[in-house]
Amino acid sequence: MFGWLTQTAALAALNLRSLPRRPGTAAVAMSGIAALTGVFAGVLSMATGFEKTMSGSGQENVALVLRSGATAELNSRFSGEQADIVRYAPGIARDVDGDPEVSAELFWVVNALSKSSGAEANVALRGIQPPGYGLRNNYRLAEGRPFTPGRFELIAGRGARNQFAGLEPGRTIRFGKTEWLVTGVFEDGGSVFESELWCDVNVLQSAYQLGNGYQAVRARLDGADGRARLEEALAGEQRLSVDVWSEREFYAEQAEDTATLIRLIGIPISVLMAIGAVFAALNAMHASIVARARELATLRALGFGSFPTALAALLESVTLAFLGGVLGCAVAWLALNGFQASTLGASFSQVVFNFAVTPDLLAQGITAALVVGLVGGAFPAARAATARVTVALREL
Amino acid sequence: MNRFTLIWRNMWRKPVRTLFTMLAVLVVFFLFTLLEGLRLAFSLSDLGAEAQERLLTSHKVSLIMMLPEAYQSRIARLPGVDAVSHSTWFGGRYQDHPEFAQYPVVAEEYLSLNAEIDLSEEYRQAWLANRGGAVVGRPVANQYGWQVGDRVPLKSSIWTRANGSNVWEFDIEGIFDDSGGGMNSGVLLFHYDYFEEARAWGKGTVGWYVTRGDGSIPLEGLMAGIDAEFANSPAETKTNTEAAFAQEYARQFGNIGFIVTLILAAVVFMIMLVTGHTMAQSVRERIHEIGVLKTLGFTSGSIFRLTVLEGLLLVLPVGLLAMLLGWGMLNVVTERMGAMLPGGLKIGTYSVVLGLSLMLAITLGSVLPPVIRALRLDIVALLRSS
Amino acid sequence: MAEQLIRLTDVGKNYRKGREAVRVLDGINLGIDKGDFVGLMGPSGSGKTTLLNLLGGLDKPSQGTIEVDGKVVSALSQGALAKWRSGNIGFVFQFYNLLPVLSAARNVALPLLLTSLPASRRKQHVNTALRLVGLAERASHYPRELSGGQEQRVAIARAIVSDPPILLCDEPTGDLDRSTADEIMALLQQLNRDYGKTIVMVTHDPRAASYAHRVLHLDKGELGAAQQ
Repeated sequence: MFGWLTQTAALAALNLRSLPRRPGTAAVAMSGIAALTGVFAGVLSMATGFEKTMSGSGQENVALVLRSGATAELNSRFSGEQADIVRYAPGIARDVDGDPEVSAELFWVVNALSKSSGAEANVALRGIQPPGYGLRNNYRLAEGRPFTPGRFELIAGRGARNQFAGLEPGRTIRFGKTEWLVTGVFEDGGSVFESELWCDVNVLQSAYQLGNGYQAVRARLDGADGRARLEEALAGEQRLSVDVWSEREFYAEQAEDTATLIRLIGIPISVLMAIGAVFAALNAMHASIVARARELATLRALGFGSFPTALAALLESVTLAFLGGVLGCAVAWLALNGFQASTLGASFSQVVFNFAVTPDLLAQGITAALVVGLVGGAFPAARAATARVTVALREL
Repeated sequence: MNRFTLIWRNMWRKPVRTLFTMLAVLVVFFLFTLLEGLRLAFSLSDLGAEAQERLLTSHKVSLIMMLPEAYQSRIARLPGVDAVSHSTWFGGRYQDHPEFAQYPVVAEEYLSLNAEIDLSEEYRQAWLANRGGAVVGRPVANQYGWQVGDRVPLKSSIWTRANGSNVWEFDIEGIFDDSGGGMNSGVLLFHYDYFEEARAWGKGTVGWYVTRGDGSIPLEGLMAGIDAEFANSPAETKTNTEAAFAQEYARQFGNIGFIVTLILAAVVFMIMLVTGHTMAQSVRERIHEIGVLKTLGFTSGSIFRLTVLEGLLLVLPVGLLAMLLGWGMLNVVTERMGAMLPGGLKIGTYSVVLGLSLMLAITLGSVLPPVIRALRLDIVALLRSS
Repeated sequence: MAEQLIRLTDVGKNYRKGREAVRVLDGINLGIDKGDFVGLMGPSGSGKTTLLNLLGGLDKPSQGTIEVDGKVVSALSQGALAKWRSGNIGFVFQFYNLLPVLSAARNVALPLLLTSLPASRRKQHVNTALRLVGLAERASHYPRELSGGQEQRVAIARAIVSDPPILLCDEPTGDLDRSTADEIMALLQQLNRDYGKTIVMVTHDPRAASYAHRVLHLDKGELGAAQQ
């Protein structure tokens, strides 16, 4: 019907126009909701950023071969002969010279000083073979030069370079008994590899008396059925017992525990914040309704219906919540998006990641804000609608 | 009627408003308590005296690297050493639960070094008599519902058995409590002999050594002595107190304290705004009444006290109740997640003091500005305002 | 001759309004005897309420002295004034000024919070005061549940509960209909006559003023001729 819609519009316009006269109410409702949205987006941007780094790591067409049952490279082990069995197995792509695109690698953990906490942190030192560069599609040397095979030289991932001390190209850094020259800095599209230090796998073997041992074998798969062929061939192999992962799946699984932990803690916090914000909004909206009881009663006396009155009050609450949500999101985005941090990943080494305030997260934050505005506005709106005109007019 | 009646009646001037404010305070301090529990759990600030005195010796390069078993006798011979034992990270998980701590140990050595492990004599004998037996801290047993006599399979992410399987089975022979700081409360201990015989690789190596000094040499000297013993050997060592070691490990997760503090700041900001607005409004409404009270002979000081007390009455009881509820919640979580949080979630005196100070700050921050503004006006102006 | 209770000597009061100083009262000399009932009349803005506020120690004169019962109250500090008011002055306002959150009895009991009386004695005082104003049966009602006349009676009970010698009334009947006003005036008259309260009452209403022993006229801040 014509009536209530126009009435609501007129009342809502009236309410919103009078908002600047009630800065306290507006500020309380908005800031409470802004704080909620900020924390919500902030905490979840941590989980999202971590997942983004992990899921951006690894390629679908690269196989990661680990000892059977190992959940991380750290827990896996191969002898040189075993690695060679994998290297020449079917299902693996060859380069232009006909050599298999395989890198048998070592994943070692060394201690470096974290710049932010000043404490020692576990950093991954990865020994690779030359095809290893090509197996990371986004690999790019950003500074300096690559390490020289056979020498105690390493290149540092961009994230590691930023988070840990002493990794500037040209400097030497000591791990245990060996001293390493940092020759360059590399990038890999923000993947987990940027948290690592890379060196020649044979140098790493000799530095830690690892003989001809490896921990993981990476291989580019040959075509869509490459993985199946490789798996089949290795399954029939008596001399080793391995699992063949798609590199992408492997990192997605590694991300799970940490991201779940952040969510497990972050979501209850956000829910409690939301309840707190509901009470803040309730209080503010209720105060706003009470303060205008006379004005609202006058309007009702003039013939405005109770439903439009309630709806207009609800609209006011939702508008404030929306503004608060936008404010909270803006603060979270400005302060946290791209903020770099590191934490202990599933491989017992630091994973450097950027907080990611994604559009998805912003949408969720604003949705949460709107829900709070709706819940917080409902009770006062009902009160505005049901207040008896005569009583309200007499009061004050 | 007394002053309390006046305060009480004033507080409930607008009952709905008071109720909402109280509920907001309740939620916020509940949240505060949980966050404090979280912060403390990650700061590992209270590991007990034993952890400050026992030394942990690991491979210098990283904890994941193994040390030769032979180091034990070399450490034992060093001056100032009372006892030494070793453990190794087993990295097992039960069903699909996250990894928790299990160590293969030499039972009698380890128990005598870790006197805070409160294992009854009956359990101890049973464990010693069973090669495949294990004893477990109560929080873990509670979470997984294990009882003495159960046979539990653990899947190790590190250790494979000689037969190629990475699933190891243990008979639970006893459940113990940790009477110290909780370093051992969430642990499953099993026999090193059994482990050594069954593991497919790494034989003759252990994860780290635990040493207790006899008090004749200061701890720093003892640490340096142990590390000097293995300097320039293939496996150099790094020795520190157990507590320092645990804290270093916790720090690796990132600056949890800082993140929690940021969230707390947002929470406090929110509550400051809610109560501040409410109280300011409530004081503004009664400016005229303040004039009346002054007319009747109430001094500015006594009106000030009445208003502040009213604010405290609004915030403190509810805030304290919220902290109590939060504490209860932490206990429930601890009970349910014993394996993941062996130290449990708890709050300390510091948390209570911090909570109370926050309540005070919130009250004073909310009440003082409007009441001081009101009391600056003279009576005539107060009475004239409506 | 009756003993003089209140003595104003050359009292003046200025207010600052923006940059200008406004002279509200000028050179007031006035003596009020114990047991007197003085009406104070005059056009709006003539300074009646200001004079009443000065008498009650709510405000301080810009010049001159005010003595009450031999004490120079115009020289007291704010804190001392508050204490003095609680023991010596009962106020009755045009709009009653009851606290809405308190019942009638508790409103009346309010001034007793400033005394060291034990609870039982306080209760006794409150009952006595409420009985005196004829509202004993309304003790537990809240102000919003009372009529204007009843509210004013509660206000009067509050003014007399700690038994001060002086009652200052600012338009006590200004918000009441004629018959209620008469009742209130009769009550004040009774308090003056039977209980010896010295009353100073500002009023617009000649009918109310007729209850006073004498009426002073204030005009442009100066005291006019006294009338009987």
